Amino acid sequence: MSALALTSASLFGLCGAALVGIGLFCILTHPELLRRLVGFNILGAGIFLVFGAVARRGAALGFGGDPVPQAMVITGIVVAFAATALAAALLRRLFDLTGRASLETGQAELRPRSEP
Amino acid sequence: MTPATYSATPGGFLLVLAVMLPAAAMLTMLVSRPRHARTIALATMVFGLAVAFWIGAELMRSGTALIYLVGNWQPPLGIALRADGLSLMMLAVTALVITGTGLFAHRLFGLDATTCDGRVATSFWMLLMGLWSGLNLVFVSQDLFNLYVALELLTFAAVPLVCLDGRGETVAAALRYLMFALLGSLLYLLGAGLLYGTYGTLDIRLIASASEHGPAVHLALALMIPGLLAKAALFPFHLWLPPAHAGAPAAASTVLSALVVKAPIFLILRLVLDIAPPEAAAFAGQALAVLGAGSILFCSVMALRQARLKLMIAYSTVAQIGYLFIVFPLAAGGDGVPPWGTIAWTGGALQLTSHALAKAAMFMAAGIVAEAIGHDRIRDLGGFGRVLPLSAATFGLAGLSLMGIPPSGGFIAKCLLLTAAVIEDHYWLAFTILAGGLLAGAYVFRVMNRALATPAVPLVLRQPIPLGLELIPLALAVMAVALGFLPLEPFGLLQIGRPDAIPVVAP
Repeated sequence: MSALALTSASLFGLCGAALVGIGLFCILTHPELLRRLVGFNILGAGIFLVFGAVARRGAALGFGGDPVPQAMVITGIVVAFAATALAAALLRRLFDLTGRASLETGQAELRPRSEP
Repeated sequence: MTPATYSATPGGFLLVLAVMLPAAAMLTMLVSRPRHARTIALATMVFGLAVAFWIGAELMRSGTALIYLVGNWQPPLGIALRADGLSLMMLAVTALVITGTGLFAHRLFGLDATTCDGRVATSFWMLLMGLWSGLNLVFVSQDLFNLYVALELLTFAAVPLVCLDGRGETVAAALRYLMFALLGSLLYLLGAGLLYGTYGTLDIRLIASASEHGPAVHLALALMIPGLLAKAALFPFHLWLPPAHAGAPAAASTVLSALVVKAPIFLILRLVLDIAPPEAAAFAGQALAVLGAGSILFCSVMALRQARLKLMIAYSTVAQIGYLFIVFPLAAGGDGVPPWGTIAWTGGALQLTSHALAKAAMFMAAGIVAEAIGHDRIRDLGGFGRVLPLSAATFGLAGLSLMGIPPSGGFIAKCLLLTAAVIEDHYWLAFTILAGGLLAGAYVFRVMNRALATPAVPLVLRQPIPLGLELIPLALAVMAVALGFLPLEPFGLLQIGRPDAIPVVAP
């Protein structure tokens, strides 16, 4: 039974890692801000999944799951939603003002380099 | 190791006040009329300053850290707020700079009666209060997830401040800032999750007192520290900072440059000194010092090459931040001296304080120049010292501290760092500190040279600048210089609340 629980937690962890990778790739390679925003959300979803996997480890002690990471995920989702809303509003304003939807201005030094 | 349980101290509620006062003020502004926003903000500043001084008095009296347990829950489950000497120093500087900025903004918005209670001014007051609450939370929280929320609160307040005037280029700068900040905080969050998975707690002291450090800790720190660096704008992650800080309105760039970038740096200090296992801390220290040195040299040269005054000051911010990172290998100590007992640590703390005051003064002076003359192109500013003598003097005084010329807080800070570098045989760091000082001298002199020049056509002020407006940055610049006259005894303060506190080492 515990082996089965461990497997599902590992699976969640691996899925989380994969999502983090996809999100990072999306953020680093796409200059369009909307795609980056989606990338941030995928990255965030991956991180929350990792938190979920962490929560399942508490199950090994006989609990149904550790509630603390779950509480953090809920807070994290609220924060991520606020961040997405702020970014989307700014992006719309940028598009209205300049007609651009990316930060590329042709000048190489202005391009954000967001390698971690 | 000290036992890792907390017991609330009598003055603990002050920490809650420090965080909640500005937050409450922001909420009150939301429900009250726009023209009351300014009054509420200025009243909050009085109380905020009082709370900061009260915390200081309480800390000095008891000689131990102030602790508050939120909801009386012990840390593995609950959240502890804790203020030690370093937190107090940051709380006090924050209160001072915010109050200075508030008075400055009050006068600056007051120049134009039609917009002084407008949308821009009202948003500014709300965001300033949100910023203050977030900063204070970063300085007192002990919980890594709580710190994540504080960092995000800070970002959400700082990003709109960048694009307060709503021009296309500032919106682009704000978005670039947001992208860096979001990536940084998500990496930090992932690291915090991994730490929770390893230790089952998010409390910094509980994690620090754990005896075993597995590979997960290294991975978590390798995610969290670069994430925070992106927010702190250390070279080579600094690309977002100059356009964002230079494009923001004068009052906003003051707090952004003087305070907001300090919050992630404060957190990196906590992570490296408290959580990181010794060998990881040594490696991280070296890496951070290399980046810091790169920051000092590269961004000082970039500052020299800028055509606009505010961009120059923004690049100078990145360069001055570099000094805070070369503290890490210098403070590594050895000989059984803990990092916070070394002279490099005292130097770093002084650099944090003096830079905050000097940079706030400099951005305000630049704001006054731009407001009075209508532009901030350095080439066309010839003779601004003749029409705005006080602002030019402010610029010069703040510049003294940035260059590290005695007598100033910056001088003592850089002198201590230089001494530490020579004692510890880090000659390349000593060279960097000296070269950074020379370059800073060059870019400050470039502006002072224009200030004192005699132009063919005298500059005409677009509008008269009241004396009171010019006096505020002057007061901050004088404080930055006066730090140099401070006996180093108060920095025994930095020992309060550190484990294994030892008598302060002063040269």
